[in-house]
Amino acid sequence: MSAIILFMAGIAAIAGWWLSQQRLTAKPWLEEGLIVDLREQSTSSLPPAKIGLGVFLAVVGSLFALFISAYSMRMNLVDWRTLPVPALLWFNTGVLVLSSVALQWAYMAARRDDIDGLSVGLCAGGASAIIFLVGQLLAWRQLSGAGYFLASNPANSFFYLITAVHGLHLMGGLVALGRTTAKVLRGAEASQIRLSVELCTIYWHFLLLVWLVLLGLLTGWTDNFVDICRQLLS
Amino acid sequence: MVDVPFDTVAGVPPAEVGEVELYHPRSWWTRYVFSQDAKVIAIQYSITAMSIGMVALVLSWLMRLQLGFPGTFSFIDPNQYLQFITMHGMIMVIYLLTALFLGGFGNYLIPLMVGARDMVFPYVNMLSYWVYLLAVVVLASTFFVPGGPTGAGWTLYPPQAILSGTPGQDWGIVLMLVSLILFIIGFTMGGLNYVVTVLQARTRGMTLMRLPLTVWGIFTATVMALLAFPALLVASVMLLLDRLLGTSFFMPTLVEMGTLTKYGGGSPILFQHLFWFFGHPEVYIVALPAFGIISDLISVHARKNIFGYRMMVWAIVAIGALSFVVWAHHMYVSGMHPYFGFFFATTTLIIAVPTAIKVYNWVLTLWRGDIHLTIPMLFALAFIITFVNGGLTGLFLGNVVVDVPLSDTMFVVAHFHMVMGIAPIMAVFGGLYHWYPKVTGRMLNEALGRFHFWVSFLGAYAIFFPMHYLGLLGMPRRYHDIGETAFVPASAHDLNAFMSVAALIVGFAQLVFLFNLIWSLFKGREAGGNPWGAASLEWQTPETPPGHGNWGKDLPIVYRWAYDYSVPGTAMDFVPQNEPPAGLSAQGAHP
Repeated sequence: MSAIILFMAGIAAIAGWWLSQQRLTAKPWLEEGLIVDLREQSTSSLPPAKIGLGVFLAVVGSLFALFISAYSMRMNLVDWRTLPVPALLWFNTGVLVLSSVALQWAYMAARRDDIDGLSVGLCAGGASAIIFLVGQLLAWRQLSGAGYFLASNPANSFFYLITAVHGLHLMGGLVALGRTTAKVLRGAEASQIRLSVELCTIYWHFLLLVWLVLLGLLTGWTDNFVDICRQLLS
Repeated sequence: MVDVPFDTVAGVPPAEVGEVELYHPRSWWTRYVFSQDAKVIAIQYSITAMSIGMVALVLSWLMRLQLGFPGTFSFIDPNQYLQFITMHGMIMVIYLLTALFLGGFGNYLIPLMVGARDMVFPYVNMLSYWVYLLAVVVLASTFFVPGGPTGAGWTLYPPQAILSGTPGQDWGIVLMLVSLILFIIGFTMGGLNYVVTVLQARTRGMTLMRLPLTVWGIFTATVMALLAFPALLVASVMLLLDRLLGTSFFMPTLVEMGTLTKYGGGSPILFQHLFWFFGHPEVYIVALPAFGIISDLISVHARKNIFGYRMMVWAIVAIGALSFVVWAHHMYVSGMHPYFGFFFATTTLIIAVPTAIKVYNWVLTLWRGDIHLTIPMLFALAFIITFVNGGLTGLFLGNVVVDVPLSDTMFVVAHFHMVMGIAPIMAVFGGLYHWYPKVTGRMLNEALGRFHFWVSFLGAYAIFFPMHYLGLLGMPRRYHDIGETAFVPASAHDLNAFMSVAALIVGFAQLVFLFNLIWSLFKGREAGGNPWGAASLEWQTPETPPGHGNWGKDLPIVYRWAYDYSVPGTAMDFVPQNEPPAGLSAQGAHP
């Protein structure tokens, strides 16, 4: 359970930092009158939707941290046979990076009010995300073709499960991205959808980050990393 | 969109946070059924939760009938008994308490208490309710599928949860897991709303340290639930795959009915870790809103400011954080390393410190207060007593050496019913009697309410106090029929019969309460806007029940905390939060 504990410690640090800004040592029973709180001065740039996305990403992060915890506990049992990671995954990773880059580009175009750049960026980002998903499906087919079925070994089960959960999250993102793109193609102003594009971009970067961590886990890179950490500690 | 200009008035700078666009219903359907108004959603949540809660109440009657009079009721066989305990536990913990506190109280009170017009994402909020309803329907449908609901116990431990010896192995367990997954998805939608509304939609002047403790409790519980429910989601998904697709996440190599199963190598302990990583925070997810509600009830009905407000807030946050590092105290008998047991026993005992601070502060709030023994106050007092009681037995069970012999006995059942069954339900009832006048504009009937309180409170003690003793005798939990056992004397059987009779009577009192809820809706005394003389913002709405958008033309402006009671030198014995201090002209909504 160390992955989820680490994750929770991170969340606790963020929450603690935030709480430390909130005058928790105030004595409200002595303070009468209007207090202009920090929120009014500092967060006019943070719309509710952005905070909402932040909280949602924390929930998703917790979900993946728990999968990673379960993975690392299960892999220490005797019947674990690591499966060969298909080379296709590296291609897919590249495509997902491209997708993130395209959305970042779209976001920057939206800030410049460049509606053409915006629509190109959104479409490229969406298309490469779909290619990533198709690539993941092909990787599944390669694995099952080579005899690595879902139930034949826990390593396989985790591989299919974790990639499926990641893919589902990407599909959810594609729905939001599709709606944003549709608005652009219907002729919305860049300023009206700047926020939606920004939210999509944040979500994409987050899913890329999650994917890189998962890839490290599935290919066994993180094992070496964890071993080094362990040796440093002991 | 309701246009609310914030002008610069003496002492009040212009607002920089614009108002959110308010959704307006256009037809009867979108006003009362597919409504995006948090108040309507709150009522929908509450009615659904109480309805499925009634099912769980009837199940507890059936269990008590079997325990009190074994062999008398031929229609309760061992399998059904297991199904009853499973469904009773699951419904009460998740579908009733979690949904009622967060979906019911949270939806109604958060926008009103922080001075918002609605939740920040009303559409997602509506979706949250409908997904929750779907989860409840899927859960209830398991009573009618072949094989009936699962009988795996509310903890759903594998391997037995999905093996053929357990009732409901075909459909019950699958639908249970699907229902849990749906519940978590629905809750996440609602939870995002509660958190972001508290963060972003507070009215002007409502700093975090001016929030009523109810909001602090619900807010912290929601954050915990958002982070803890994914653990149950992960566990449910993996158990579902084990059951349906034959993976071996949790399933070890085993022989079932004389044949070797396809499973192998999995770890049931892994499931326990995941389950309790959710399961222990869940205790505080239902306790923290109760803490908050009780703090407000005590302050209002003792006409005194809450003692140690800051400490109460810090304690809520500390409990929320600590509750994530105590989960393995549910697993002392799982064969874990003794050092782990020592660690988790220590954290478990540490969590008693902030909890005790809260209890002291409640008692010190009551000390020399002007205590009105109204029905909400009676329930609040009952909560404190019951929670202390359950908390103390929690200290017993938190220690490894005491827990091991008491594990899986009736002592555990008595403990958790006291601390997370009776105590939160007392807070629910107190809250319902307290806020019913705001929701409906009418008071609940006083005589019926007092009857309901005394029967429920004394009856609950008649059921669960003797249960501790049965547990100390060694009577195991989850047994359909204890039979003739050397260490259980005949008197224990008499005690069981007594408890069962008490349970029937307490259950009957809840029917009286339901009758009161409906009767008072039409015939109750008119309440007026602020029958209790409370200072917090929800009692200062221009209309009662609050209209769409809550606040009429202007959002209220908050000038003080929520606990200005019996302030010397003021006309009334309370000062509403939106009452400007002397010398500053009045703005915003007024009662």
